[in-house]
Amino acid sequence: MTGTPVREVPAPGPTGVVVDSPAARRGPLVLRAEELSKDFVMGRGRSRGVLNAVRGVSVDLHRRAVVALVGESGSGKSTVAKLLAGQERATGGRIELEGSAVDASHRRDFRAYKSSVQMVFQDPFSSLNPVHTVRYHLARPVRLHRSLRGRDALESALVELVEQVRLTPASQFLAKYPHELSGGQRQRVAIARALAARPSVLLADEPVSMLDVSIRLEVLGLISELRDRYDLAVLYITHDIASARYFADEALVMYAGEIVERGPAESVTQAPAHPYTQLLVSSAPDPDALGSVLRSGSSAAPRSAGSALSTVRGCRFSARCPLAEERCRNESPPLARIAHDRAAACWRVDVAAPGLVEAHGGGGVEAMTD
Amino acid sequence: MSERAEPVLEIVDLSVEYRSQTGDVRAVDHVSLSLSPGEVVGLAGESGSGKSTLAYGACRLLRPPAVITGGRVTYRGRRLEGRSVDVLDRSPDELRELRWREIAIVFQSAMNALNPVLRVRDQLLDVVEAHLTMSKNDARERVASLLDLVAIPRDRLRSYPHELSGGMRQRVMIAMALAVDPEVVIMDEPTTALDVVVQREILAQVVELKQSLGFAVLFITHDLSLLIELADRIAVMYAGRLVEVASSPAVHHGPAHPYTQGLLNSFPSLRGPRRELAGIPGSPPDLRSLPPGCPFVPRCAHSRDECAEVDMALRAVPEAADPDHVSACPFVSGRSAERGGPAHGVSEVAS
Repeated sequence: MTGTPVREVPAPGPTGVVVDSPAARRGPLVLRAEELSKDFVMGRGRSRGVLNAVRGVSVDLHRRAVVALVGESGSGKSTVAKLLAGQERATGGRIELEGSAVDASHRRDFRAYKSSVQMVFQDPFSSLNPVHTVRYHLARPVRLHRSLRGRDALESALVELVEQVRLTPASQFLAKYPHELSGGQRQRVAIARALAARPSVLLADEPVSMLDVSIRLEVLGLISELRDRYDLAVLYITHDIASARYFADEALVMYAGEIVERGPAESVTQAPAHPYTQLLVSSAPDPDALGSVLRSGSSAAPRSAGSALSTVRGCRFSARCPLAEERCRNESPPLARIAHDRAAACWRVDVAAPGLVEAHGGGGVEAMTD
Repeated sequence: MSERAEPVLEIVDLSVEYRSQTGDVRAVDHVSLSLSPGEVVGLAGESGSGKSTLAYGACRLLRPPAVITGGRVTYRGRRLEGRSVDVLDRSPDELRELRWREIAIVFQSAMNALNPVLRVRDQLLDVVEAHLTMSKNDARERVASLLDLVAIPRDRLRSYPHELSGGMRQRVMIAMALAVDPEVVIMDEPTTALDVVVQREILAQVVELKQSLGFAVLFITHDLSLLIELADRIAVMYAGRLVEVASSPAVHHGPAHPYTQGLLNSFPSLRGPRRELAGIPGSPPDLRSLPPGCPFVPRCAHSRDECAEVDMALRAVPEAADPDHVSACPFVSGRSAERGGPAHGVSEVAS
């Protein structure tokens, strides 16, 4: 780092802000999303308003790397997944797969894109069709996305699929219906279905939050193992920041449609820079917290959640932020670099995380009011 | 257990079965658990472990095909002035007086538990008017003060449930449970559907209210790490049986039963050094075909032949820091099974 201020304008560059991504060390870039945005129009007539469900989100997914997208419900993290999966059309921004831009209007190209980018959904109880067997769920994507000749080829592809998600004996599981499977087994089928298309990117939207605690780890472990075996790039969407620490290389924290902080998962969770990330980390259950509010019972007055309405000015977290000052309420802070591998969108990050910013000689935040 | 105050709710040897054509399933199997006045007891377990069935059974809220096949539930509230009530013996009318007035429940999903076509005020008024005799004006004032209690602005009284956020709806549910000053509040996964930040705000509020109003809480959740922070005592349930009961610090620092140890090793920790996570292999048991003896055997790292003969009685854990620490496993003790240690580095008492 040089001694000059490290704050940079998030010029419309490849990732909004240039930081060393720990995910990039894992493998080559596969999927790049630049400045994605998605607006929803709410209401009609006078009460018409625009909700920026996603605003200026840039994500790079690299082979063999897990990037976690962390946020509360309503933060827009699932919308990002839907944009990346091609289920929703973005209002703005662009997506590149292996270096070439993706255009949903080109049907054939788009099919190729869809087989490269596969999704695992949160709820394995509703993502599988109850009237069909496991075989049916897997045979369809195999036929659709792979040109296999003959019954034997299909059969061996199916057996391989269920075996790689550790559902054995394969022939037994292929014949089962979803109701005959436990939640963890169902989620394995959902993962196998995603792998049926031989994707390079796996978008996992809260893949374990509906599962029992004792089996979450196994499913996350399975995804890790498959990532290594097939060089998958994984986007792990979660509200559980602790699991991001263990499972992800890089963590992106979302609030009200925007990325407010990014960096290596370990440092984001251990030394959060943005006041929102700090709130998120301090809210997680902590068995070692002796002076916990859950013991003392001194509750802070509940605050309202952040609004993603386009009419909201300034930092979207400012209404809840203990550090907010005049500027925060008027100007939206850009995601700016605070360390060689970290960035945060906060005007007051020098106060919020003094150690972090000083350590890199930036001496705090430079005004970006041009 | 002698120095503790006389329990306000005492469940003794309760068994609940679900009748079905393919055979009866015992969802709760000889479970005993007590709740002292003002105490927070956490009931932890995975889905299907019987934790909700136990709680609903204790207030006789189960409907067929669930049948209480044995046991006793005794309630002793302050308002009963020394008398005790056998909950399982009560007539439906007598039960109505007991429920909500003495034992209230915060249900899991506030979205479904509130009536979508009634305003918040009318739903709260319903509860107050059904259980207390007071003038309309007093009842309205009480309802308004209930919202103050859970920090919801009074102008929300006219709102319908869909106009409130999930956190607010859950707060309304809590206000409703506290409406007529119960002595026992059963909370069934009250914050599972909520974000961590909101969850923390609500739980801090519950603790604050508990301290000012003095009710006891039976808190049901699958989140053991949350319970360690929140509860005074923790009961861990597996396949319809209690496998371990101890104070929260004892569960945290010296879990005795392999299942509890496995659960604690399944949680990624946000703080402290990264530790080796192990999880629990296999899947939760099918209650229709449990192995003889200990139901945890197929998933247990310490299983041995004798496990098939274990009677699952809760035994005092040798050398435990908490004298009331009990576990259903006679072979493994928690002495060196510290969290953060190697996943299977558990010392064993026998063998």
